[in-house]
Amino acid sequence: MIKDMLKLFIENKKAMLGLIILSMFIIVAVFAPLIAPFEPKQREDAAGEFPLRSEPTSKHLLGTTHAGYDILSRLIYGTRLTLLVGMVTGIITTFVALALGLISGYFKGRVDDVISFVNSIFLVIPSLPLIIVVASYITIKGVLPIILVLSLTGWAWGARVIRSQVLSVSEREFVKVAEVLGENPFIIVFREILPNIISLVMATFFTSTLAAIIGEATLEFIGLGNVSAVTWGTMLYWAQNNAALLYNAWWWFLPPGLFIGLLGTSFALMNFAIDEISNPKIRKR
Amino acid sequence: MAENILEIKHLVAGYETRLGSLLAVDDLSFSLAKGEFIGIAGESGCGKSTLAYAIMSLLEDNGMIFSGEINFKGKNLVGLKKADLKKMRWDQMSMVFQSAMNALNPVLKISDQLVDVMQAHQKGISVKKARQKAAEMLELVDIPVDRLDAYPHQLSGGMKQRVMIAMAMILNPDLIIMDEPTTALDVVVQRNIIKKIEELRIKFDFSVIFITHDLSLLVEISDRLAIMYAGKIIEFGQAQRIYEQPEHPYTKGLMNSFPPLLGDLEEFGGIPGKPPDLLKPPAGCRFYPRCEKRMDICHQKMPDLINTGQERQTACYLYQGGHK
Amino acid sequence: MRYFLRRTMWLIFAIFVALTINFILPRLMPGDPAMIIINQLDGLQPQAIDSIRAAFGLETDKSIFVQYWDYLVNISQGDLGVSISHYPAKVWDVLAKALPWTIGLMGIATVLSFIFGTMLGIAIAWKRKSKVSDAILGLFLFIRSFPYFWFGLILVYFFAFKNPWFPLGGAHSISVTTADGWAYIKSIIYHGLLPGAVITISSLGYWMLTIRNNMINVLAEDYITVAKAKGLSINRIKNTYAARNAILPSISGFAMAFGFVIGGSLVTEMVFSYPGVGFMLFQAVQQQDYPLLQAIFLFITVGVLISNFIADILIMLLDPRIRDGAK
Repeated sequence: MIKDMLKLFIENKKAMLGLIILSMFIIVAVFAPLIAPFEPKQREDAAGEFPLRSEPTSKHLLGTTHAGYDILSRLIYGTRLTLLVGMVTGIITTFVALALGLISGYFKGRVDDVISFVNSIFLVIPSLPLIIVVASYITIKGVLPIILVLSLTGWAWGARVIRSQVLSVSEREFVKVAEVLGENPFIIVFREILPNIISLVMATFFTSTLAAIIGEATLEFIGLGNVSAVTWGTMLYWAQNNAALLYNAWWWFLPPGLFIGLLGTSFALMNFAIDEISNPKIRKR
Repeated sequence: MAENILEIKHLVAGYETRLGSLLAVDDLSFSLAKGEFIGIAGESGCGKSTLAYAIMSLLEDNGMIFSGEINFKGKNLVGLKKADLKKMRWDQMSMVFQSAMNALNPVLKISDQLVDVMQAHQKGISVKKARQKAAEMLELVDIPVDRLDAYPHQLSGGMKQRVMIAMAMILNPDLIIMDEPTTALDVVVQRNIIKKIEELRIKFDFSVIFITHDLSLLVEISDRLAIMYAGKIIEFGQAQRIYEQPEHPYTKGLMNSFPPLLGDLEEFGGIPGKPPDLLKPPAGCRFYPRCEKRMDICHQKMPDLINTGQERQTACYLYQGGHK
Repeated sequence: MRYFLRRTMWLIFAIFVALTINFILPRLMPGDPAMIIINQLDGLQPQAIDSIRAAFGLETDKSIFVQYWDYLVNISQGDLGVSISHYPAKVWDVLAKALPWTIGLMGIATVLSFIFGTMLGIAIAWKRKSKVSDAILGLFLFIRSFPYFWFGLILVYFFAFKNPWFPLGGAHSISVTTADGWAYIKSIIYHGLLPGAVITISSLGYWMLTIRNNMINVLAEDYITVAKAKGLSINRIKNTYAARNAILPSISGFAMAFGFVIGGSLVTEMVFSYPGVGFMLFQAVQQQDYPLLQAIFLFITVGVLISNFIADILIMLLDPRIRDGAK
């Protein structure tokens, strides 16, 4: 089941493209010190201090910031934290959604009522304003609060779709058989149900990571993150606060956004591929 | 018998898949006389639905007719221009689908769905007249006229299927294809619908191709019966005779098994094993792997469908002397 | 009718929950943010300090239930406290100035993007084998992956800064006022075009993708095959048989998407310094104007809940099954 899934995934062109883009970003993140010409917080080298607000030059391919940081180096190092926050948030969100979806879909009854109820509240409350309010109350600015806030508000949709899928899978014959045989419910959940909703879990991961990357960038752009951290979001924050636009410094605000979009697209592509694979109607035959 | 209304010659139809061509209907020929009722039976996946869709020219996306002829009232439908097809279809040949629940548009009233088919084929007909006709048709299938403006979900499963039958008959076609029209219904409702179909057929004299996996259903109402297995007709003849004296081992198996009343089952009680993968059909007789009476010859070459008696054909070496 | 009652009850209940979250949130926060803020903002007027204390539940002399009751009473009287950044203006008065801009801009842009997105989604699902459909789909998958604000920055850069075809920001030029009548309206439209385009284009992908997938599911239904077999015209099949059914889940899926789209739109206002609720939210965050921040959250939430309610009613009108309570 899972193997077939992965095979189809690899064979899907959209998934492959997404995977390639993602791998490139991962390589950039891992080997940042080798690729980047300078350290992200370096303002001078042997030749002297870096110029401020420099245009692209042969030394600083994407120019420098108002504080004299090399933009290209920041962009490359920024991949690390951006990717980390996005993926970790995606994983936590998916985990929460999966746990709640499984519990509520399989055990039904009271637990389900309570979870579904909280779920529908979280679904209708607009997440970004909620995130902004919560984030602005948190006095410690940093990566961890962002991850927590984004995961706390992002699980609702995933939990809802996983629940309904679990409901339908648990009506299937092989689950009924396992139940009649008196199998431990947790074993049923993990051995019989989980493998059958794996594509949905993957899709949830891709969408929540996509949402997390955009959410992270947005929070940081507003200044609700740790502004001294090096991420694409904070790069845009500094660019905006220093009127990069009006200085015509496209090399400052264009690349980080483009990278956010590309990274987002890679997840969007993989998500779309999963949809195609698991829904034979959408699949182009 | 009267003249043939439908003649199918060497029809090959199926689906183009990633793994190659799947021939769900493989070199199939038969003909249907005017007013005749032919039953086609077989397990799910034997190609009987594909056959129905092929005759209606409704195979789409990756589905297609690879070769052969479908001569309907003397005209070959394969390769017919779309516009001509559109005009002819439903007017002269219509279809009742397996699940009435899914065959009716849930957001439109029954009346709208009966009226629009008339408007599409009879240019300039007034809504009033069309509604009148729709009401008449409902009456024919025993649905109270006050249900004319009901939405599909307000009707029972049996009523919905009656509406579909009314819809199929509304333009007075010569042929109605019924693709498992009673499968989703319970036994009593099944009986009633079958009776109704029989009554209407006698009254309006249309031909019927009735497709089902439930052989017992067919015996009483069919004139002739075709048993399909893995894309081929393996036995063909008068319904009563086949019922009394099945020849092909597969037909015998079908007779002995009691198919489920609801839905298809992958494996028939009476015959162990599963139908072959149509992407890679076995070289010889397609029933070979499951056959109790298989012989050496059987897995070398597919036996032809040959006459074994009066108006009786079977594709099995048991009846093709000399090889016993 | 039962459906209508249920949805109305849910609306009231959800608003109540939003009010409660709004009440609990500051009281849940670790540490003592209120004191930090009061200390940060030197020379704050006593009334503003009271406002913050009330907002954070620092009125330690009162029990939490009394505070909650006071809070509900105050809100029912339209009293949301005093703004810190616009001191001594009342939060409600500050908010009231921003609301019309946001409702106007976001309302029009959202409706437009829903209409265009839906039409486009129907079209590309209908012709899903064509290369053009694939290209449109790919383009919007790509656009959808960008933060709205960045897309806004790009448009400002190219169409307002590099080529000064549009203004850089604001809702109308400073030189015109309501007294100028038509010129004022023209200026508003002119200023709204670019931010409106950002919201429309960025959110369009959402609606388009949803309706496309619904549409493809619906196109595989038997009743579509029946419609084709019946010989109906292409338009009738596409619109009355396919699209009308595909739109239904799209409208009920509005809930999640709208909450998301509105978030993006708020940030778009920030980029364009558009004097709406989003820009105000941005300022409230920067100036740590918590009473205003909370009021904005409350208003957006109520706005989304009401939009959802409207969607619920719309679906009741469009789906006979829901009217009869059969689904």
